[in-house]
Amino acid sequence: MSSDLTRKTADELARALSAEEVSSVEVTRALVDRIESVDGSIHAFLHVDAEGALAAAADVDRRRADGDQLPYLAGVPIAIKDVLATKGMPTTCGSKILDGWIPPYDATVTARIKAAGLPILGKTNMDEFAMGSSTEHSAYGPTHNPWDTTRIPGGSGGGSAAAVAAFEAPLAIGTDTGGSIRQPGALTGTVGVKPTYGGVSRYGLVAMASSLDQAGPVTRTVLDAALLHELIAGHDPMDSTSIPDAVPAVVAAARRADVKGLRIGIVRELGGEGFQPGVEARFTEAVELLTSAGAEVVEVSIPSLRYALGAYYLVMPSEASSNLAKFDAMRYGVRVPPAGVDDPSAEQVMASSRDAGFGDEVKRRIILGTYALSSGYYDAYYGSAQKVRTILSRDFAAAFADVDVLVSPTSPTTAYPLGDKLDDPLAMYLGDVATIPANLVGIPGLSLPVGLADEDDLPVGLQFLAPQKADDRLYNAAAALEQLLEQKWGGTLLSRAPELEAIR
Amino acid sequence: MSEPVTGISREDVVHLAGLARIDLSDAELDHLATELPAILEHVASVQEAAGDDVPAMSHPVPVDNVFREDVVRPSLAPADALAAAPASDQQRFLVPKILGEG
Amino acid sequence: MTVETLVPFEEALTRYDPVMGLEIHIELNTATKMFCGCPTEFGAEPNTQVCPVCLALPGALPVVNAKAVESAIRMGLALNCEIAQWCRFARKNYFYPDMPKNFQTSQYDEPIAFDGYVDVEVDGETFRIEIERAHMEEDTGKALHVGGSTGRIHGADFSLVDYNRAGIPLIEIVTRTIEVPPEKAPAVARAYVSHVRDLIGGLGVSDVRMDQGSLRADVNLSLKPKGSTTLGTRSETKNVNSFRSVERAVRFEISRHAGILDAGGRVVQETRHFQEDTGTTLSGREKSDADDYRYFPEPDLAPVSPSREWVEELRATLPEPPAVRRARLQADWGFSDLDMRDTIGAGALDLIVATVEAGTTPQAAKKWWLGEMARRANESGHDLDALGITPQQVAEIQGLIDAKRINDKLARSVFDGVIAGEGTPEEVVVSRKLEVVSDDGALGAAVDRAIEGDPDAAAKIRAGNLGVAGALIGAVMKEMRGQADAGRVRELILEKLS
Ligand SMILES: [Zn+2]
Repeated sequence: MSSDLTRKTADELARALSAEEVSSVEVTRALVDRIESVDGSIHAFLHVDAEGALAAAADVDRRRADGDQLPYLAGVPIAIKDVLATKGMPTTCGSKILDGWIPPYDATVTARIKAAGLPILGKTNMDEFAMGSSTEHSAYGPTHNPWDTTRIPGGSGGGSAAAVAAFEAPLAIGTDTGGSIRQPGALTGTVGVKPTYGGVSRYGLVAMASSLDQAGPVTRTVLDAALLHELIAGHDPMDSTSIPDAVPAVVAAARRADVKGLRIGIVRELGGEGFQPGVEARFTEAVELLTSAGAEVVEVSIPSLRYALGAYYLVMPSEASSNLAKFDAMRYGVRVPPAGVDDPSAEQVMASSRDAGFGDEVKRRIILGTYALSSGYYDAYYGSAQKVRTILSRDFAAAFADVDVLVSPTSPTTAYPLGDKLDDPLAMYLGDVATIPANLVGIPGLSLPVGLADEDDLPVGLQFLAPQKADDRLYNAAAALEQLLEQKWGGTLLSRAPELEAIR
Repeated sequence: MSEPVTGISREDVVHLAGLARIDLSDAELDHLATELPAILEHVASVQEAAGDDVPAMSHPVPVDNVFREDVVRPSLAPADALAAAPASDQQRFLVPKILGEG
Repeated sequence: MTVETLVPFEEALTRYDPVMGLEIHIELNTATKMFCGCPTEFGAEPNTQVCPVCLALPGALPVVNAKAVESAIRMGLALNCEIAQWCRFARKNYFYPDMPKNFQTSQYDEPIAFDGYVDVEVDGETFRIEIERAHMEEDTGKALHVGGSTGRIHGADFSLVDYNRAGIPLIEIVTRTIEVPPEKAPAVARAYVSHVRDLIGGLGVSDVRMDQGSLRADVNLSLKPKGSTTLGTRSETKNVNSFRSVERAVRFEISRHAGILDAGGRVVQETRHFQEDTGTTLSGREKSDADDYRYFPEPDLAPVSPSREWVEELRATLPEPPAVRRARLQADWGFSDLDMRDTIGAGALDLIVATVEAGTTPQAAKKWWLGEMARRANESGHDLDALGITPQQVAEIQGLIDAKRINDKLARSVFDGVIAGEGTPEEVVVSRKLEVVSDDGALGAAVDRAIEGDPDAAAKIRAGNLGVAGALIGAVMKEMRGQADAGRVRELILEKLS
């Protein structure tokens, strides 16, 4: 029974729970057991709160028994990326500098999840401060891809994606600054959505790049993503950049799943050179399926995309260099005095703590960002990068005048072996080429698994992009494609993932 | 627009590390001094895209005038505020001696 | 410490022209902080007014206080500034333990208000001070330096930081270079700060107390040799805690810079701290090219674009302009031009207004504030409003005089008591036993003793020589230790000797 429960989608669980066919405690217990059994080989979690999750589950069960009206997902367990503040539960952002930090407050996303009665299974692994594309930059060791544990799960949200792919959780929260939800989704065969910037509150999301960061759902199905999206999205007065408008009707869109007459644009610049043949093959087949279902597919060109990666790797480190200044070991965090200095000053202790507490990638980006903002270079680097965002926005607006959604492969490659690109930051940065533009211009993006690459039998993701505040279009198109693919496959992609060996 | 120099010397990295307040080791400084110019060369293309007439975008979704009313909200209990402090005394954060001034 | 050669002020001005600018920081009196809902009460227990936002806990985000923006716009309008159509906050990045985020959320090249002016009066002459900008920002926490000698930063063993003040809204007002005759510079600087205090105080957006730090003035000063167009290196003097100190700081810095330049030295670009006790400035932090604040637009805060309708609504809430108000008050009070000039020069205008409102005549209010209070302020080096006595208390004391319960001489003792914190004027009169004796029984007995003690004088008065009555009155007052109603004593003497 318990292995069945772990394989169910959030929507199935929600229905079973409301029909009282199963209790939240049973579901939560099954997932906690699954985590205990397989997470030793995956390392999706940095912290598991079995006790807290079971208590929350018991509370939901009690309220349901009392006849309380509960939110749809009440009782469905969830995992949260360790970059969101969780009151009373460790929050490390994958960094040594925050080892042991227990926030005295909840992120708005966390608060909404708790208020809706979802038991929180724990906190998922990530690249330190979400800086990375492989989860190898976690100070607490990498996460392994459930499809092949010698490979990366993508990043920075490799923990959330792997947890969902490995059936350790039906739902997870990720955050996406340059693809950290979508790229791990592609590499683990799961669904990942980066909502419109401002669609989900950033309050309590430990910022990497304030103008790019966005939290979103990580799930196994499009409908589950929509259900979670609807739960966490919406205006938050604690986040000045939160969109005041009503949340797009994403659940209705996911249930509609109809692409007839939908105008779809293939982004010419996001393909070809640098894209793995197996990725391109699955992408092309998926587009053909959409065409066969009545979508009008055209090719569009966004020439300014060639500047996107450069703009991203200036804006992101610049904002990060400032956002991470607060980690100085004065009010919280691990204080590491300099070795061999008697009676060190605050300045020295800050500098030594930041050296000891931050990993290489974080330091690299802080120094790069400090440079890009420094006097004499601001206009050439940060200033120019922000102008590129304007140009990109205009080009995307022009493209969306002709099509409803844009599509591209989510990632140029499938999951690569652990360690492969660790010493070549530029090569790793290039892997973000297709996901970065959405963050630069604030539009929503969704990655859907579309099959396995022929050369390595590893998952391939297709990315849908829509205009700002039109997140519902992603769900409609992706849900349609998901149905077409599963009909073709005769089941889900994840059902073809290898069984994980239980490690006890 | 000033003409940037994509070459970053080791001395520059030392200066940047000072601004960023990170006590980088010699090995780290050496490493970054070779790595950063390569990254910068790659990102420098943004300069050719950006004309003077293009406004810089600081906020991807335009929303103006987001204010809160001047109404008191509960603060943290001092014990919670200080709970994560590496050191504290007399309900204050204890920090090592401060050399310079703000 | 290096010994500085100072050139006397007047002599310095024969060779150099001062180039002066002033920065004033005004702490707003909003109920909550600039970017979070924490209260702003002065003197609260340490770290009781902090939250994830103002402690810069990971993940927390700022939201702008509407009242602070409103106050900033009203201040901008009062300073005759343009109000920005659209402006942003910016991060000023530097590390300091009393600044939780290690950047200050401020405004950089897009201030909320800019291009304004104020007209200030010195010795009957009006000078226009141009305002470059007024922008919104936030205050820092407060560090208590422990160990070492005197709680100073140098030589301390460690510091204890309280973040209650961190995030309290500040408006920084920056002047352009102040173009005035060199010899007037110190007085104009003082008059400007005093004028801004009155102006902002009149808006009700700040307590504007220099002694409590809700108004802080920094003096930027450099000298250029007469006839030269080359600007000198400037110093930035902080810790100037009274109007008088503003004037003294300008004078001192002119003397100090001249001394350095005369000796062929170079002025160091640095922050200096004014020393109230000596009237000098001490070197603080050297500024250098290494100061690179890496300003960039604050992505966590939305831009501010005040509608013109809102700006006009706020303009309508401004009190009457200072010049108009002064003319009105002068007419109401019947003050001469000289009275008015002295009043403004002493920074006593609002104090007299409040004293008159509390029921005292303008003449009496002026007498106390420009006389007794000005003398005390001068002796203690405080500004009038920092003496520890309120206009209401002055009015109460004048009321006691009018009721003949004390006299002018006893009033001084009441002032002493009130300033010493002994209570209300009424309480001080009681506890110090200051009430004049007008009880005829007690006074009569004292008069009888005086007549007995000086039969010669008594005889002369009986003979109609009233001029010697003073001797007997003096004897009675002495016996009563001053606490007698002198007028009544005189009447009793004349009655008894008629
Ligand atoms: Zn606060």
